[in-house]
Amino acid sequence: MVIQNEKQCSADLEGLDPQEVKNDLINKYPPKVARKRSKQIVINKIEKDQPVPKIQANVRTIPGIITQRGCTYAGCKGVVLGPTRDILNLTHGPIGCGFYSWLTRRNQTRPVGPDAHNFMPYCFSTDMQDREIVFGGEKKLKQAIEEAYNIFKPKAIGIFSTCPVGLIGDDVHAVAREMGKKLGINIFGFSCEGYKGVSQSAGHHIANNGIFANVVGLDDNVKEGKFKINLLGEYNIGGDAFAIEDLLEECGFTLISTFSGNSSYDYFANSHTADLNLIMCHRSINYVAEMMEKKFGIPWMKINFLGADSTAKSLRKIAAYYDDQELIDKVEEVIAREMPAVLKAQEDVRSRCEGKLAMIFVGGSRAHHYQDIFKEIGMRVISAGYEFAHRDDYEGREVLPTIKIDADSRNIEELEIHADSKRFNPRNSEEDLKRLAEKGIEMETYNGMMSDMSDGSMVIDDISQFETEKMIELYKPDIFCAGIKEKYSVQKNGVPMKQLHSYDNGGPYAVFKGAINFYYEVDRMVNSKVWGYIKAPWQKNPELSARYACE
Amino acid sequence: MLLRHTPLKIQDRKALSVNPAKTCQPIGAMYAALGIHGCLPHSHGSQGCCAYHRSTLTRHYKEPIMSGTSSFTEGASVFGGQANLLQAINNIFTIYEPDLIAVHTTCLSETIGDDVLQITRKARDDGKIPEGKHVIHASTPSYVGSHVTGFANMTKAMVNYFAESTGKKKNQINLIPGYVEPPDMEEIRRLAELMNLSTVMFPDTSGVLNGPQTGRYRMFPPGGVTIPELISTGDSMGTIAMGEYASGDAARVLDTKCKVPCKILDLPIGLQATDRYIDALRKQAGTEVPAQINFERGQLLDIITDMQAWFYGKKVALAGDPDQMIALSEFLVAIDMWPVYVVTGTPGKIFEKRINEITKNSPYPVKVKAGGDLFLLHQWIKNESVDLLIANTYGKYMARDSDIPFIRYGFPILDRIGHSYFPSVGYRGGMRLLEKILDAILDRKDRDSPEESFELVM
Ligand code: SF4
Ligand code: SF4
Repeated sequence: MVIQNEKQCSADLEGLDPQEVKNDLINKYPPKVARKRSKQIVINKIEKDQPVPKIQANVRTIPGIITQRGCTYAGCKGVVLGPTRDILNLTHGPIGCGFYSWLTRRNQTRPVGPDAHNFMPYCFSTDMQDREIVFGGEKKLKQAIEEAYNIFKPKAIGIFSTCPVGLIGDDVHAVAREMGKKLGINIFGFSCEGYKGVSQSAGHHIANNGIFANVVGLDDNVKEGKFKINLLGEYNIGGDAFAIEDLLEECGFTLISTFSGNSSYDYFANSHTADLNLIMCHRSINYVAEMMEKKFGIPWMKINFLGADSTAKSLRKIAAYYDDQELIDKVEEVIAREMPAVLKAQEDVRSRCEGKLAMIFVGGSRAHHYQDIFKEIGMRVISAGYEFAHRDDYEGREVLPTIKIDADSRNIEELEIHADSKRFNPRNSEEDLKRLAEKGIEMETYNGMMSDMSDGSMVIDDISQFETEKMIELYKPDIFCAGIKEKYSVQKNGVPMKQLHSYDNGGPYAVFKGAINFYYEVDRMVNSKVWGYIKAPWQKNPELSARYACE
Repeated sequence: MLLRHTPLKIQDRKALSVNPAKTCQPIGAMYAALGIHGCLPHSHGSQGCCAYHRSTLTRHYKEPIMSGTSSFTEGASVFGGQANLLQAINNIFTIYEPDLIAVHTTCLSETIGDDVLQITRKARDDGKIPEGKHVIHASTPSYVGSHVTGFANMTKAMVNYFAESTGKKKNQINLIPGYVEPPDMEEIRRLAELMNLSTVMFPDTSGVLNGPQTGRYRMFPPGGVTIPELISTGDSMGTIAMGEYASGDAARVLDTKCKVPCKILDLPIGLQATDRYIDALRKQAGTEVPAQINFERGQLLDIITDMQAWFYGKKVALAGDPDQMIALSEFLVAIDMWPVYVVTGTPGKIFEKRINEITKNSPYPVKVKAGGDLFLLHQWIKNESVDLLIANTYGKYMARDSDIPFIRYGFPILDRIGHSYFPSVGYRGGMRLLEKILDAILDRKDRDSPEESFELVM
């Protein structure tokens, strides 16, 4: 999906030469560091029929640079599997890893009834001790699984390995098999030791593989309903998935499974019965989409429900895919009903936010998606970057064949997927595909963030604390979007900082109503009175003569 | 119900930890390191630990928490992290220019067996540590102890690296405040200064983790103990250390290394523990207790006198760090409340013994567990409820499900402010605790009283 924006031609970015800015960002670094960072800091170039510039991404973080990245375990347990309420997620390792990923990501979930399983408020860990480090932790893991089963009776248990596990050689997969057989439930392990990759991203891949290999396809019951879809890469932070679910249902779609906001084991198991996969966060979940396509013949498309225009475009795109007049009409009706309130809010907020500057450095998709919302209230995103994305998320999937597989990526298993002999069922014939192409409905593509950004804007991958501070000093943005670790250093500089991983305590921001929420959130932050109080009256007016007269 | 799967029946668990009441060593080490002026903590391991520790401390303090990481990938995990750490040290001093880097290890580097001391020596030999700058380190494997152990280890490392005895005593005392909040450290020092003592306190996070909004971010704010001060601890007249678990080791090492005699007290939480602290200060200073301190003590007593009726006989469940739980239990008993369930996640023998001593006259059976978890505590509560729960933020799930008044206390507090600004140690801190207890209990009474007995004056 390409959202065209007015392309700036000037080489200047807010009166500064981006090349000089780039030099400012890397000058202080030791030469080797500067060389490496300079490949991850790119001045965007938008030229007709030309690809965007190449950026280096998904490479190792330089030790000591102060990165905001996390680890493979965080990507696997924390991001992808964490939001599923009825898999008992057992962290195998010392206590910390499990403790920190306990309820901290604001994934919301709604169990179907008072007795339905919901393990999300719980933290399960083997709390490994030195004895296990020395003699191995498999015995303790088995016992922990048994205890967990006896107390909680889950239908599935996921085992998540932390760093020491790989080193001491515990075979979590063998334990999973053995205990699964013994207890008669589905138990599966993830080798998501923190060091496995260069960021959370490796963990997403491992989670995708595990859930695909162990859960997807276990339940062949076909649900009633028309237009069956899965929503991929939506984690229900701040209730986004709830808002999307409501909207999709209203339009007449049948949502089979979300990966993995407000999700349940049963939904995953049944997800291969859908006829279309919709991808929100391309980075974290595209593997599942590809594997489902290969094994079951389910096509996928990239959509975006952040921003009102993007939501409308996405709905129209899905409706056009199905090419069903009733659906198309319903979608138009919903859009027509929602837009007046959206436009009214846009106009109101624009009057206070138009022209203001934003920067976004988060994750693997939101740095792209949120640019759409900022545009809707007339704000400009002059610099953006991802924390753990790959080149295709920046430059588009066309570059996939040219991405070098380095040692770190080779670490992560690529599952060999073949068409399922019984259940492979290509949802589209050759003709269908031709028809879709003719109608301009892009399938299995993602054009990345950079083609949607203006010429001369700065794209920075895995931004360091130093670069963050420099960018703020140089551009004085009106709002900065990133994560918790950056939050207060940015705000101490007098710049409001919106968390776009956890949303602070806000949300939902998805679909029409969420977009309105976000407009007003930005309005509140950017125009808060507090920024006017930073200088005390005596700092603004330091002269000392006083007059006490009753004037 | 949020904790809908917590059953009444308590099954023995040997391997499974559920809803821990502790976290891992490095976060405590990181917190302690931030209490040295101009210090950048550094996490030697894979970058996830560092990201988690920074995030949790950031959420707790709503302040920037900076730390480097060695960003191990698979290679480093196989061949060791020397190259990563050397590079990190060079980068940190070049880019961020701290006065010192405080390295702590993680489970990963500990399991590999990296020798951090040897690596830092090599860094010095290779000229990667600029003149006048320092790299210190603490070994903090999380498969031993808890975040409190990590704090204790980093505090001990400060002594190991810096304390020097010149043979000439300085007219000052060392204060080791323990794993407490920045305003607690400030209060501990204020009380000592009121006694006319010159002090060196380490670590000291006041002014570092409760800094002002000034419109200008400083990675190294003015607070924290300085390196010359740390060096001078070896010449002090004595050390008062608070909290055996968090401060005991550092105090003893200082005694052994520099012959600075130490007194290890409980954290000065509540009446008697503060009395003991003041008494120790008095003896150290050889002066009378000033009127101001007597005044504050009297104020605390006054609240206890006036509001006794509301405290009397109430049953309390507590979870938190051992030093805090010990002193707090003593305070609760002093005001006629009864700690009936006391849990800490941190392992250690003296804990259960101390709590049992403190509660020995309790009319109720007391359950206490070191190395326990919140799941167990909740099961106890579900079997026999209490009038008040005191725990960190995670306690609110239990409080909501079991409908008990709840006070947030300890680490981490992720959903309220106050702990960064107002002390809970000393007499004033005691007053604040009482205010919180009364608010919780009386708000509940107001909520639950039938209309005819809804009271205006309480
Ligand atoms: S690996 Fe160890 S140090 Fe790292 S977060 Fe987990 S428990 Fe803490
Ligand atoms: S130990 Fe490994 S798995 Fe755990 S938080 Fe650290 S990097 Fe991640």
